[in-house]
Formats: sequence, structure tokens, C-alpha cells
Amino acid sequence: MISVRRYLGHYLGLSLLALTIATVAGCTKKSEPSGEGAQSAANVGIVGDEILVGQFGAFTGSEATFGQSTDKGVRMAFDEKNQAGGIKGKKLKLISIDNQGKAEEAAAAITRLITQNNVIAVIGEVASSRSLAAAPIAQQHKIPMITPSSTNPRVTEVGDYIFRVCFIDPFQGTVMAKFAHEHLKVKRVAVLRDMKSDYSIGLADFFIKKFTELGGTIVADEKYQSGESSFEGQLTQIKAEKPEAIFIPGYYTEVGLIAKQARKLGITATLLGGDGWDSSKLYEIGGDDINGGYFSNHYTTESTDPVVVNFIKKFKERYNGETPDALAAAGYDAAKVLIEAMERAPELTPKAIRDEIAKTKDFVGVTGKITIDENRNASKPAVVVRVDGPNNRFVTTIAP
Amino acid sequence: MTSRMLKSWLSPLIAFVGMLVIGVVLDQFFNQYVQLIILFACTNIILALSLNLVNGFTGQFSIGHAVFMAIGAYVSAYLSLRPEIFGVKFTMFPEAIDYLNYLVYAVCGGLVAAAAGWVVGLPSLRLRGDYLAIVTLGFSEIIRVILLNTQAVGGARGLFGIPRPDALALGPLTLSPFLVMYVLASFWVVLTFLVLWRLIHSVHGRAFLSVREDEIAAQAMGINTTQVKVRAFVISSFFAGVAGSIFAHSANYLNPSTFGFTKSVDVIIMIVLGGMGSLSGSVVAALFITFLPEFVLRPLQEYTHIDFRMVIYSITLVLFMVLRPKGLFGSREISDIARSLRGERSADERAS
Repeated sequence: MISVRRYLGHYLGLSLLALTIATVAGCTKKSEPSGEGAQSAANVGIVGDEILVGQFGAFTGSEATFGQSTDKGVRMAFDEKNQAGGIKGKKLKLISIDNQGKAEEAAAAITRLITQNNVIAVIGEVASSRSLAAAPIAQQHKIPMITPSSTNPRVTEVGDYIFRVCFIDPFQGTVMAKFAHEHLKVKRVAVLRDMKSDYSIGLADFFIKKFTELGGTIVADEKYQSGESSFEGQLTQIKAEKPEAIFIPGYYTEVGLIAKQARKLGITATLLGGDGWDSSKLYEIGGDDINGGYFSNHYTTESTDPVVVNFIKKFKERYNGETPDALAAAGYDAAKVLIEAMERAPELTPKAIRDEIAKTKDFVGVTGKITIDENRNASKPAVVVRVDGPNNRFVTTIAP
Repeated sequence: MTSRMLKSWLSPLIAFVGMLVIGVVLDQFFNQYVQLIILFACTNIILALSLNLVNGFTGQFSIGHAVFMAIGAYVSAYLSLRPEIFGVKFTMFPEAIDYLNYLVYAVCGGLVAAAAGWVVGLPSLRLRGDYLAIVTLGFSEIIRVILLNTQAVGGARGLFGIPRPDALALGPLTLSPFLVMYVLASFWVVLTFLVLWRLIHSVHGRAFLSVREDEIAAQAMGINTTQVKVRAFVISSFFAGVAGSIFAHSANYLNPSTFGFTKSVDVIIMIVLGGMGSLSGSVVAALFITFLPEFVLRPLQEYTHIDFRMVIYSITLVLFMVLRPKGLFGSREISDIARSLRGERSADERAS
């Protein structure tokens, strides 16, 4: 008898382990928003007269400006549509979930959006690595996902429910190689890539491929890791090779620091980059040293295209005079492509919406004319801009 | 003899069956999001339990536990993606009993992690003091950078398309993929708890505790302190590797950034919150740390539309440490607490 009691007490911990899980799991059921969780498969994403659309992004963390900008663009598009009467008499409701810029959180976030909030479609993510973590889950549940600005080719290869409204890495690398060759007429270029970012590696690879094809020489291929703050070692190596231009396909924080340190070392080569440069923080960090650098981008605020002018005007009115960056524009376009597809769809089901997104042709977006190709990528032109103080000056457009 | 054997195996069996019942409930009544978080919780429980062996029971200070998880995760994922490595088939079981393959992956991941733990532990545990902290921190950075630069495992893009177990047909019943994964995870949770519990209450376990209490005294009693510390570290690394394997096959995506310093700190928070040297404390704290941001703070954020998730999370931790500086359970187990509530004396008190 005693032994039984002893044994019970001894292993009570184990039994309680099971109990704890049961209790906490029981609590979660209650915390589920009522109504949304109990939808049948037939009307996914429709609650009353609201259409639920999910968005996941890095609203906090080191790339928070990306997530927040995108969110602003998406919200603006949704509110405009709702003011104009909504879709088929229903209003759009956006559910945004933060993933703190972490890959495993992105997987949890999209699973939550799809299985708990029951959204009809998902918009996200900016960073390719997080889109890659999330895309298989959207594909598995057959919920269309549109990424506004994940440029890694692999993202849309995951499946037929994954789309993007931006160009892909090979294209940006190619654009800058063409630009360096034709516009700047340089022959010797050094590359400084961020080994921690697949985006940076992709751009660098395709830049090197195109540039050598065009007859140029890559004199150095140096590497750094985002999060570092001293790049003098790599820059000294590059300086010794006397390049005419340096291609730095990184993110704004490091690029700003690199520019400062390069000028300090006496490097006068032109700096080139991709859309990771696009942030008002670039000039804050890099100061005058970043002036005169060129980067490829999705759109430019200097465009005289009425669509762009109108978008910037409305955005500034809505967000206290803030100038929209390319990510806001891409988010706006992603939302618009989704809205148009919903309008055209004969019924509001994920399948019907997917089919209509795939048919998007010559959609006039803020970031250019978007046509979704058979690989679910957007084919559209890129712009090249020059950094000039806090503003970016439009230089040229390069078609696919 | 048989009654003793029964006694020692019955309770883990009951716990396992209990977890299975919960699994069936989760499978039937909860969505995939909750299920995913539960699998993450299992991972965290194993991580916290295994780190507690080193930090709590042996009194060493490792701050790079995530690296062993990373090693286990990547090894396990890599094995599951390649049909053959060096002529050895790691996916050795046919599809019908596919789940056994995942046990093989987990064991392999654990063994590689344990080997890494041995390599790191052997030189640094010979010394006394903070050396282990610095070495584990350095080692975790090295492995993370190697993973970042290894294209075979996806580099910075991450490794995706990691398989999960198939649905399992058991006669008329069909277990969903989640349930199969969950059964595997709970098997490892119970096994980790059982092994560590038995270990700590054995002669070897007393040696761990003696090193924690006073290394010189332990040495004077004839204990090979280095060997004891390395042993604890290797066992701990093994289970961290297993946790990594479960994580890899539940998330189906790996990225080196997941296994950074913050992940190691998360595990340390769990064991400090639960109580250094309390296994049941680690379990409860791991569940708490996993569930709080997802099941409590996320709905709160959706409801209020203000993103103060991480603020509340941090405040909760600070409050916990102010109110219970030795953690939820201190160095006691849930069974001790239950016993003292019933007015009985604990085993240690009886012994004295």
C-alpha cells in the first residue's frame, strides 16, 4: 500500500506533465475568436459580409521597416476598395500577424492565419527565406499566397498557389549588370555580398554571370555578414584591385556603413546595389558617402506616370506626409492584384481566386505593368535610381 | 522482481498514454496551428530538460544549447532528404512503417550532437569556472556560420521541403500525419524525462549533484569531476539533438538564423523560470514560455490591435524573477510539492 502511494507521488510530475498540456490546450479553444474558427470548408474566409485576408510580416525586429511599409500599402488598397463598396457587396478585412523576422515564426503565423483565422488568401512576406518557410503551408492548404517583394526564384516554385508581383533575383542582377555595362560603361567591377542573405547571394551570382557575358571583368568577390559593422578588411582587398564600380547587393544598414568606410579608405568607385537599399535609413546611416550610388528598384517616386503620382499623393495624405518606399508600393500592388482577382472570380473560393490571379495580364500597378507568367512570377520592368541625399533620382528604366 | 519492474515502468507508461489521449483530442478538435505549437512545445520541453542536466544539476553554465539542437536538426533533415549517404540508407524502413525512419533520424541527429558535445566539452570542462560559457557561445557561432555557408543544406536560404511522417494505417484506424509526429515527439519527451530522472536518482546522478555543490569536496571523495561533467554534457547534447530533429520534421523548414544566441537564451530562461535542478519545473516553464506568446498574447493583440506582445512577455519574465527568484519550483519537483501539501516528509528528509 505504502509503495503504491510512494510511487504515485514519485512520478506525479510525469502525470502532471500530461495534465498541464491538457489544461493549456483546453484554454486555447476558448481564446479562439468565436465564429471564425468554426467555418465550414465551403465558405472559407467569409464571415458575415466580411472577406478575411491574412498578412504576415516582420513588423518588429531588425527588418521592421519592410513589414510596416508593406502593411501600409496593403491597408491603403483594402480601405480604398471598401470605401468604393467592397467586393460583391462584402467588405475586406485584413488580419496582420507579426513574425518578428524569424523563419519559424513565419511558419506558425501562416498556419494560424489559414487554420485558425480561416483566411481566403494570404499576402506576405518581404524576405524570401520567410516566404519559403510559409509557402509550403499555403500550398498544402490550397490557399493563394501573393508575396509583394520576395525576389528569390525558389519561392514560386513551391507550388501553383504561390504568386509574386515583383521581379526575381536573376532579373535584378541582370539589370544592374546591363546598367553598369551600357550606362556607366565600366569594365572592372568588384562584388561585395552578404553571405547571410540568400537574396544578396542570388543578386551577386546573376550580376557576375551577366556582366562577364557582356565582356566585363569581376576583379574581386568579397563577402560579409549582415550584423557586422566593420568592413575594412574586405574593402582593403577590393581597393587593391582598383575597381571602377562595386556591386553591393545587401540591405541598407550594412550598405550605409560600407559606403562610409569605403570613402574613408579612399575608394572612389561607384557603388551599385539592389532594392535592399531602398529605405530612408540608407542616407541616415551612409550620409553623403552614399550619394551617387545606383540601385535597381521596383518603382521611383519621381515617376510622372499618373498612376504613381496619384498613389504617392493618396499615401502622403493618409500617412502624415510620409513618402511611400518601394515596399509600400509593392504591398499596394499585391493587394490590388488580389482584389482584382476577387472581382473577376465567379465565386469567392480560394480555388477561383487562384485561377484569376494566374490570369492577371497587363495590370497597371504602381510598380509597373504586371503580367503573371506561367511560373507565377511577375514580368515587369525595373527602374534604376541614383541616391541623392534623402531622395532617389530616377535614372532609367530597364525592360525584361 | 516483477513488481519492482512494473513499478519502474508503469508511471512513464501512464504518462505516455496520457499524452497520447491528449494527442487524439488535439487531432480531433484542434486546428493545425495549435498542433504546430504543441509540437514546438515538445521540442522546448526536451531542450529545457536536457539543459537542466548541465546547468541545473551539474552546476555548469552552457549558453550555446541551441547549437546542439541545430546539429540534430540539420543532420536529421539531411538524412531524410537524401536516400543514401556514403552508401548507407538511412531511410531504411518501407513506407508502411515510415515513422520508424524518423526514430532513426532522431537518434542519428542526437548522436552527432552528442559527439559535438564531447568535442566541445572535453577540453573546456577540464577547467573550472566560466570557460564552458565562452566556449559554447563561440562554438554555436562557428556552427551557425558553417551552416550559413554550406550550400548542401541551403545556406542562408534555408533548407526546405523537409518531409514529415505520412499518415499511418493501423487496421481500421488511420493516424493523421500530425498524430504520428506527435506520438514520436511525446515518446522522446517521456524518454528524456525518464532517463534524466533515473540518472539523477542514481549513483551517477549523485556525482552530478556533488560537482554542483562543491567540486573540491567531490574530488576528495574520489569522483572524477571532469568525467562526470563531460558525461552530463554529452547526454544533454544528445537530447538537444533529438529535440532539433523533432523541430525539423514539424516545421519542415530550417534556417540557421533560428538557432542563434536568442534561442539558447530562450532555453536558459525556461530552466531558470522553472527552477534550476527541477525537471518538472523545466517542463512547466517550457510549456509556459511556448504558450504565453502564442495562445495568450496573440489573441490579446488581435483583440486590442496594439502590438505589445513582446513587452508583456518581458514584463512577465521580470515579474516572475522578482517574485520567485529561485524559479517556479526551486530545486524541488512537482512530486515533492504534492507530498508536502499532503503533509508528508520528502525522501531526503526521511533519509536524514
